[in-house]
Amino acid sequence: MTTPAYNFAYLDEQTKRMIRRAILKAIAIPGYQVPFASREMPMPYGWGTGGVQVTAAILGPNDRLKVIDQGSDDTTNAISIRKFFAKTAGVATTASTTDATVIQTRHRIPEAPLHAGQVLVYQVPIPEPLRFLEPRETETRRMHALAEYGLMHVKLYEDIARFGHIATSYAYPVKVNARYVMDPSPTPKFDNPKMDNCPALQLFGAGREKRIYAIPPHTKVVSLDFEDHPFTRYRFDAPCALCGAEDAYLDEIVTDDAGSRMFVCSDTDYCEGRQAAGHRGRESAAPHKDRAHG
Amino acid sequence: MAEMPNAGCNDAPLLAAEGLSKNYGRLTACRDVSFVLYPGEVLAIVGESGSGKTTLLQMLSAQLVPTSGRVSYRMRDGVLRDLNALGEAERRFLFRTDWGYVHQDPAQGLRMAVSAGANVGERLMAVGWNHYGRIREAASSWLERVEIDTARIDDAPRTYSGGMRQRLQIARNLVTEPRLVFMDEPTGGLDVSVQARLLDLMRSLVGELGLAAIVVTHDLAVARLLSHRVMVMKGGRVIETGLTDQVLDDPHEPYTQLLVSSILPP
Amino acid sequence: MYVAVKGGERAIENAHRLLAHERRGDRDVPEVSLDQISGQLGLAVDRVMSEGSLYDRELAALAIKQARGDLIEAIFLVRAFRATLPRLGATEPIDTGAMRVRRRVSSTFKDIPGGQILGPTFDYTHRLLDPQLANGFVPDEPATADTPSAPTPRVTDILGRDGLIEPSPQQEGAPVGDLTREPLSFPADRDLRLQNLARADEGFLLAMGYSTQRGYGRNHPFAGEIRFGEVEVEFFAEDVGFAVPLGAIAVTECQMVNQFKGSVTEAPCFTRGYGLAFGQSERKTMSMALVDRALRARELGEEALAPAQDEEFVMSHSDNVQATGFVEHLKLPHYVDFQSELGLLRKLRTEFAERANDAGPLQEAAE
Repeated sequence: MTTPAYNFAYLDEQTKRMIRRAILKAIAIPGYQVPFASREMPMPYGWGTGGVQVTAAILGPNDRLKVIDQGSDDTTNAISIRKFFAKTAGVATTASTTDATVIQTRHRIPEAPLHAGQVLVYQVPIPEPLRFLEPRETETRRMHALAEYGLMHVKLYEDIARFGHIATSYAYPVKVNARYVMDPSPTPKFDNPKMDNCPALQLFGAGREKRIYAIPPHTKVVSLDFEDHPFTRYRFDAPCALCGAEDAYLDEIVTDDAGSRMFVCSDTDYCEGRQAAGHRGRESAAPHKDRAHG
Repeated sequence: MAEMPNAGCNDAPLLAAEGLSKNYGRLTACRDVSFVLYPGEVLAIVGESGSGKTTLLQMLSAQLVPTSGRVSYRMRDGVLRDLNALGEAERRFLFRTDWGYVHQDPAQGLRMAVSAGANVGERLMAVGWNHYGRIREAASSWLERVEIDTARIDDAPRTYSGGMRQRLQIARNLVTEPRLVFMDEPTGGLDVSVQARLLDLMRSLVGELGLAAIVVTHDLAVARLLSHRVMVMKGGRVIETGLTDQVLDDPHEPYTQLLVSSILPP
Repeated sequence: MYVAVKGGERAIENAHRLLAHERRGDRDVPEVSLDQISGQLGLAVDRVMSEGSLYDRELAALAIKQARGDLIEAIFLVRAFRATLPRLGATEPIDTGAMRVRRRVSSTFKDIPGGQILGPTFDYTHRLLDPQLANGFVPDEPATADTPSAPTPRVTDILGRDGLIEPSPQQEGAPVGDLTREPLSFPADRDLRLQNLARADEGFLLAMGYSTQRGYGRNHPFAGEIRFGEVEVEFFAEDVGFAVPLGAIAVTECQMVNQFKGSVTEAPCFTRGYGLAFGQSERKTMSMALVDRALRARELGEEALAPAQDEEFVMSHSDNVQATGFVEHLKLPHYVDFQSELGLLRKLRTEFAERANDAGPLQEAAE
C-alpha cells in the first residue's frame, strides 16, 4: 500500500490556488462570503478545517505561525493544529503575537495590537450572520445581494424590547466597509473593536459551510446597534488575578467546591508577557517558566 | 358609500392591466382582464371561489407571471414600468415601500413570533431607521391608529385575536406610506361584528392617506363599503364593471343580479 | 494557589497512545486482518467505499480497522485520503446494462428477460441469531448453474421502449458538475443532487425515504429493478484515441418507477428515481432512489412541502462527515463564549432583582 507524500502544508498546489482565488475575491469585496470547494482535511469539519485551509494556502517557508484557541496556545485543538503545520510545512511556530506572521485563532482576537504584514486567520463555524433568523441559504444570499438587513435589526429591536439590551454577547454582527453585514466568528463582542481599521489582514475560513471572507487592512468595521442603544464592550469587574491587566478579556476559573472564582487573562501570551515585565495581580506567584509551543 | 378621489390632483394612472390571462395546462384561471387604476382609487374585484380573482391579484402584484398580457405601474419617479421587466431587487423594494399586501390570513403577512412593535418597525428599519426610541414611537402611534392597545406593543401576534392580527397586518403595511395596497379577502374568517369595525377602520385610513387599493373579495358588503369601482368576475372573466353603487344598485348581468340578491339584509 | 494548566501537548500524546492500545485490545487475541474485514465484513467495506467516495476494498478495510469499527470514522479516513489523491480525469459512464449480474430482482413484473435472480441476500432469511456462526462454521457449497446467455435488459428500458416511463435525460457533451470541486449552491441540478445522495449517510437517506412512503411527499414507488454485479470501468485515453478498460467494480443499482405525470402537450408516463452505490448496498440505493424522486418535485411541477422534498434541507444535512464534525465539535472548549453569556446573564439577573425590589414595597401597599 502506498502512503502519499504530502505537499508543503498538506494541500496540493492546485487546491491552494483555488483557495487563494477565493481569498482574493473575498479581499476585493470586504465582508462578502465567497463560496469555495472545501476539501476534506485530516481533522473533522467543525474543528477548524476552514481556518486550516486558509492558512495552508497562504503559508510560506519563512512564516512564523501562532495558533490559539480560546486565546491560549496550549489548548488541545490549538496544539493539534500547530503540530499539523509543523509536520506538514516545517514552519517555525511561536506563541508570541508580535513575532508571528500568521496567526490562526478560534474565538479570540489577541490582546496585543497587530501590525502591518500580519495575517489573522479566524476559524468560523457558521459564516452566515442571518442564519438563525432565516435558515434558507437561497434567501440569505438574496438578502445580502440586495442589502436587505431589516431582519437583523428586528432581532436587535426584539432584544431591547425583551431584555433592555442587545442580547448578543459573542459572534456580534458587524457591518464591513458600510456594505456587508458579517459574522466575526464566535469571538466575544469585547473583541469587535479590534477588527476596525486593523493594520493586519483578517481572513475568515468556514470549512464545513464552504465560505471564505475577508477584511482588508484598515477597513471600517462597525458593530450593529441603534443610535440610542450604542454598542458597548463588556467590561469585567476586576483586573486579571495573575498580571493585573484591566483591559483584557478574562477567563473565569472555579477554584474550589464552595464556588470561589478568580478571573485570569484568556490570552496566555499577553498575560505571561505582562508578568515577565513585572506586572502582578492579586493571585500570582512567579511567572511560568515553560512557554508552550509545538 | 365611498367618496370619489380628488380627480384634479393626479390624472395619470397608477396601475394598468392589459389583456391579462393565466392558463394552467388546459385550465384557464384568468382570461383577458384589462383595467386602469388611478391614485387614491379603490377597486374591488368581486367573485365566488374559482372566479379567478385571486389569480388576478397575484398577477397584478407581480407574484405570478401572466401567460399573456401586461401589468404596468407608475413608479415614484413618474415612469410607467412593466412589472415583469423589473429586476428582482426593484420588485422587492416596491413590495417593501410603495406597496402593501394584506393577506386573508394575517399569519402569512406577519412575523408571528416577533413582537408587534418589531412587526410594524421592520419596514422602517429596512429603509434605514436606526433609533430604537423613534422606531418604537412610530410603531406605537400606528398601533393606536389601528386601534390596538399600545400596552401590547411587546406582545407577539401569536397572543392576538384574529381581528387584532389583521389590524396589525394593516399597520405593518401602511407604516411606509405606500401608494397602493393589495388586499386579499381582508375580512375573511373574522366575526361579523369584528369585520364591521375593521372595514370602518380601513375606509378611514384609505381616505386619510389617499391610498389606492385593489381589494379581492367574495363579499359585496365589503365592496360597497370600501370601493369606488367594482369588477365582477366569473369563470376567469370580467363580466361586469363600473362604479360600485351603480353596479350594486342596478346590476345588468344575471350573475351580478344573483350575487346582489343573495346578500342577506342587514 | 492557582497555577495555569499546562501540558496539553503531553495529554494529547498520552490519549493517542491509549487509543492505540485499546484499539489493539487483548494482545493474546489474534489481530484482525484486512482480508478478514474485506472478506467477512464485506458489507461494511461496501458502505465505507460508497460514502467515502473511493473504490478500494483494502483501504476501506484498513480504515475500518483504524476506526475500531466506527463506520463514520472510517468513512472520514477514506474521504481525507481521497482528498490527497491526484485527479486524473473522469471515466466513461458505466454501463449497468452490461453488468455481470449476480443479483437482479424486479417487483413490477412477475417475470422478465434474464429472469429474477435472487443472488446472495438476507431477504427471506429468518432473523434468528445463529450460534453456529460463533466459530468454525463451514457453509455448504452454493448451488451452481450455467451463466445465462440471454440478455438482461433493464426493466426501465423495457418500459421505455413503449414510452411508458420518462426517458433518461440525454444531454450529450453537457459538463457534469462535481461537488467535490465546486461549492454547492441552491437550487442544484440533478447531477449534483445525485452526487450528494451517493455519498450521503445511509441512515439519513433511509429515514428520508421512509418518510416519503409514510405520506411526507408520497410518490407511489415501485422497485422497477435492483441489480448488483460487476461493471467495467473505462477511461478514454487521448493518445490511443479509444476507451481503455481499467478493471471492474461491483455496484448496486436501483431504479424506482414512480407516480405518473403528464401535461397538456405530453402523454402521461411513469417517472423515475435512481440510486447507485459501490458494492452490495440495497438499502442505500433504494433509499437514494426514493429521495432522488422526492427532490425532483420542483422540476416535475409538484408542491414541495415535505422534508424529503426540501432540497436545501436534504443536501445540507446528508453528509455524515460534516454532520459528525459539527455535532462533535461541541466537545471543543467554548469557555470564552460561555463567559460572555455568563456575563450577560448575570447582568440581566441583577436588573431583574432590582426591578423586583423596586416593585416589592408598592405591591404590598396595594394588597
